[in-house]
Amino acid sequence: MSVSGMSVSEGPEPYRGALWRQPVNPLVVVDDPEAVELTGPVFGSADVTDLDGDLTRQRPGAPLGERITLTGRVLDRAGCPVRGQLIEIWQANAAGRYAHRRDQHHAPLDPHFTGAGRCLTDDQGRYRFTTIRPGAYPWGDHSNAWRPAHIHFSLFGAAFTQRLVTQMYFPGDPLLPLDPILQSVGDDAARQRLVAAYDPELSTPDWALGYRWDIVLGGPSATRTEGGRR
Amino acid sequence: MTPLPTPSQTIGPYFGYALPHPGGGQIAPTGHPDTITVRGRVLDGHGEPVDDALLEFWQPAPDGSRAGAPGSLRRDPVGGAAIGRDGVAFTGFGRVATGADGSYVLRTLPPGGAPYLSVCVMARGLLQHLFTRVYLGEADDPLLSSLDARRRATLVAERERAGVHRFDVRLQGDGAHEETVFLAFG
Ligand SMILES: [Fe+3]
Repeated sequence: MSVSGMSVSEGPEPYRGALWRQPVNPLVVVDDPEAVELTGPVFGSADVTDLDGDLTRQRPGAPLGERITLTGRVLDRAGCPVRGQLIEIWQANAAGRYAHRRDQHHAPLDPHFTGAGRCLTDDQGRYRFTTIRPGAYPWGDHSNAWRPAHIHFSLFGAAFTQRLVTQMYFPGDPLLPLDPILQSVGDDAARQRLVAAYDPELSTPDWALGYRWDIVLGGPSATRTEGGRR
Repeated sequence: MTPLPTPSQTIGPYFGYALPHPGGGQIAPTGHPDTITVRGRVLDGHGEPVDDALLEFWQPAPDGSRAGAPGSLRRDPVGGAAIGRDGVAFTGFGRVATGADGSYVLRTLPPGGAPYLSVCVMARGLLQHLFTRVYLGEADDPLLSSLDARRRATLVAERERAGVHRFDVRLQGDGAHEETVFLAFG
């Protein structure tokens, strides 16, 4: 048994969605200092408005659910902050339903919640979202399969090679050891890096619970310098 | 201590209301005479279309600049609606979700100083995104020359007619067709 209650012994089902979509051949390693992928796209204030990071204020009314503040830092592998880069998130509502036509889970949509947000990291690489805690939802991977509550994250670094799409989980969720998607990450220490920490210091009295989650982008970058790019 | 990287997870099936944006595949400034079209499909190991993939493209500007520019995903500061590019700036970044038939269309300008567009492929069922490249014709290039002819051909777009290039992404070989070459960066 490990820190957040994940154990290997319960043996989750394998992630079936991957069967016909996962390449069979090994990746071809490119070790070219001139590779275009060592640079990457940039985003700025025109791409994000100040309100985009607050998923509870995108509609006229307030969404149902447990309001949370979610923050952390984005670092590269040298430990330098990733500054001014785009983070996008998307998630189910408190009942576990996405505002997506393909999601026909028998749970209510929330007219006051779309579940998509974005922000730019600041000079210390910090991001901050206000949202509601998503619900668990069923999916067709195997019989009685439920995804643990999670928030999808999309991140850009200083290089295209640092691109990251991942999912953040909540501590203490009993579904974590049973989830084929989380368990597709090979070792327990790496899985722990996908689980946020509850932070009482970050909670706002009478308003919101606080969670902290730091993100480290892998991958090389041609422009990695003191303090990152831009 | 060097921090360890955060693991990747699949993009899942429900990114469609969050990540794609209007004009995401229109990297070329509006009406630019040098505009080229790159189009194709994303296919799985059965040769079936992948209708919930997201493709991202990154490339140098025609003058060879790799600095990029903001403005790919502009938002209206009043209502918050995604309004996309201004039609003038060249940002070098494109993002297209595949349609029901697995197809995508990109309109861009030829990259300067490199014979290829960089592609990042994401889809439900892919545990980690995949990198590949669209070469706009055979080129004297270290990656292409390291591959045998059959593998190399998966990276070279087929010229359909002037200005229109066809590039399919095969996540897995289906018996008749070769799996696309996917890349890792050292
Ligand atoms: Fe999800």
